[in-house]
Amino acid sequence: MKVNSKAYGPIEVDERQKIYFPSGILGFENLKYYVLLDAKQQPFYWLQSMDVVEIAFVLIDPAVFRPDYKLDVTKEELEEIGIKNKQDILCFAIVTIPENLSAMTANLQGPIIINRSTRVGRQSINTDPKWKVRHSIMKELASLRQETC
Amino acid sequence: MLILARRIDESIMIGDQIEVSIVDVKGDHVKIGITAPKNVKVYRKEVYLAIQNENIEAVKAKPDIIPALSNLFKERAKKSDEEKKE
Repeated sequence: MKVNSKAYGPIEVDERQKIYFPSGILGFENLKYYVLLDAKQQPFYWLQSMDVVEIAFVLIDPAVFRPDYKLDVTKEELEEIGIKNKQDILCFAIVTIPENLSAMTANLQGPIIINRSTRVGRQSINTDPKWKVRHSIMKELASLRQETC
Repeated sequence: MLILARRIDESIMIGDQIEVSIVDVKGDHVKIGITAPKNVKVYRKEVYLAIQNENIEAVKAKPDIIPALSNLFKERAKKSDEEKKE
């Protein structure tokens, strides 16, 4: 399957990389199909729209800089994308990258959750007010490492 | 938009499963109680808007950005390792 990607131009992707977002992503409700491009450069991923090449999100696994991150969403919300048990959950945070790269932030209030087996996803809203739309990845990574030293 | 006037302890039904009631009013501060089925999600509008705006900011990422981010990450890890040795 060929996809035109913002990061790498036209590329060949596996059918299994295709993810269906029945409700789209907030602000981009009309775009329902994405591909998850993993990561030659960990821990980052691209979530690339299959319909509009310019629409692509950088994702990170929140556990990389916040191992205490807890997905706080209702059972109903998980069932909406067919998730019945926790092993099916794949969770990412969207990264916002300003000009000063080290000030990049991750959105932990609106995580992207994907059903690993059916590859259906949604953007959820974390109900715990502790998690904000902008968490400084580098700062929180630094304080995490200090704690573990 | 439908506009209804309500007093404290009065409520409005939306369909037959959603009830919105006025719990308290103090100056410009209104406390609203909402009873709805579990599959109806209720959030403050600011939360929605904040996430929407953040998504719009996030798609501005430059296409060749990831190697630089990845390097930042590695540098940070290296620095931490050095700190550890000290």
